[in-house]
Amino acid sequence: MASFWEYANPLKFMRTTDWLLPIVTVAAVVVTTIGLVWGFFFTPDDFRQGSTVKIVFLHVPSAMMAINIWVMMLVASLIWLIRRHHVSALAAKAAAPVGLVMTLIGLITGAVWGQPMWGTWWAWDPRLTSFLILFLFYLGYIALWAAIDDPDTGADLTAVLCLVGSVFAVLSRYAAIFWNQGLHQGASLSVQPGTRMDWAYKAPLYTCMVGFGLVFLALLLAGTRTEIRARRMKALVARERMA
Amino acid sequence: MIALLTRDLRLALRAGGGFGLGLAFFLILAVLVPLGVGPEPATLALIAPGILWVGALLACLLSLDRIFALDFEDGSLDLLATAPVPLEAVVTIKAVAHWLTTGLPLVLISPVLGLLLFLPAEAYLWLILSLLLGTPALSVIGTFGAALTVGLKRGGLLMSLLVLPLYIPTLVFGAEVVSRGAQGLAVGTPLALLGSITAGAVALLPFASALVLRINLR
Repeated sequence: MASFWEYANPLKFMRTTDWLLPIVTVAAVVVTTIGLVWGFFFTPDDFRQGSTVKIVFLHVPSAMMAINIWVMMLVASLIWLIRRHHVSALAAKAAAPVGLVMTLIGLITGAVWGQPMWGTWWAWDPRLTSFLILFLFYLGYIALWAAIDDPDTGADLTAVLCLVGSVFAVLSRYAAIFWNQGLHQGASLSVQPGTRMDWAYKAPLYTCMVGFGLVFLALLLAGTRTEIRARRMKALVARERMA
Repeated sequence: MIALLTRDLRLALRAGGGFGLGLAFFLILAVLVPLGVGPEPATLALIAPGILWVGALLACLLSLDRIFALDFEDGSLDLLATAPVPLEAVVTIKAVAHWLTTGLPLVLISPVLGLLLFLPAEAYLWLILSLLLGTPALSVIGTFGAALTVGLKRGGLLMSLLVLPLYIPTLVFGAEVVSRGAQGLAVGTPLALLGSITAGAVALLPFASALVLRINLR
């Protein structure tokens, strides 16, 4: 059984993702398409929300991924700080823009849904507020990466920012709950019995969630490969100059 | 360490007016808001806690890049990093100096600005207390932001993007204390939460700041 840490070797990572990336990409496209088409065209309208309920198939998976991607960045940053694997730092860097876009999709689809349902595009509800704050954290993280020339310094600084930011993001979440009790409904899905959603919706929703996860994985692998190649290019250019 | 503190205080007080700028900014904000919102006492009283807290936040932010930038440029930061005093202590002292020259004056001037914004009489005590409790966190968090961006050109704007989201919990609880105080409600919970954020930040963040500073000085 090969160890997970083998992929800390950029060469091994590239070799594996060479064949893995096309598979993941195809799977991502297929699953997401199935999930969205199923959700949008083959589910009944909700008796109160009408067809607006179908935005859930974009909203919930993107919101879920927005949070999970930050957690993934946190883990990758920790791995970088502790074990100094470059692939890990580059993966965190590649994940951030995806997370930013997922947050944005969550916010926008939420606004589009909230307009007819709550009668407002925006409310200062704890969940909405925390998501806007998460968006700011993503922006800051990406901006810090962009501002630093030296890649190792950038990796270190952004990793520390990610750690500190995570703590403050959680604090902000509870501060927002404390600050204003909200409009947003509770969790749409729950592992507890007595769930509130019918399987007619849940099945396509789960498909969409898996699809979004695969989309993220494909973008993450592609992004990390690009970063690794960019690093190699830099090394090559530097070697040329030395010679 | 005391020498470093007095040196930083002296530099802030004498060199280039960095000391007064934050205060002047705070004052200008308290003048601009009524001009923009209108002079009705009821409206102003309602938003005064938020305005004063946001003002304190921004005034703090303005002076952050002075914490390390000058020392970084003339090389004294490298000397401080190699000095026998641990860098964590240096960072803490820097934050204390920043608080003494920015946070504390803000606390002291805030009642006057509360007057300008028709802050209800019951809220003054809570305004002062919440700022007194919250501004150290602003300084410590700001020091972390300043340490992150110390070597960068045009670091100022980036720093505000990095630091302001970190200020959110402090702002929420601080402004909550004042507005609850203004309405005569119990303020114990937000005050305790504000204090715990400050305590946590003061205890832990200097380590992160020192770590980041070491990376930047490498």
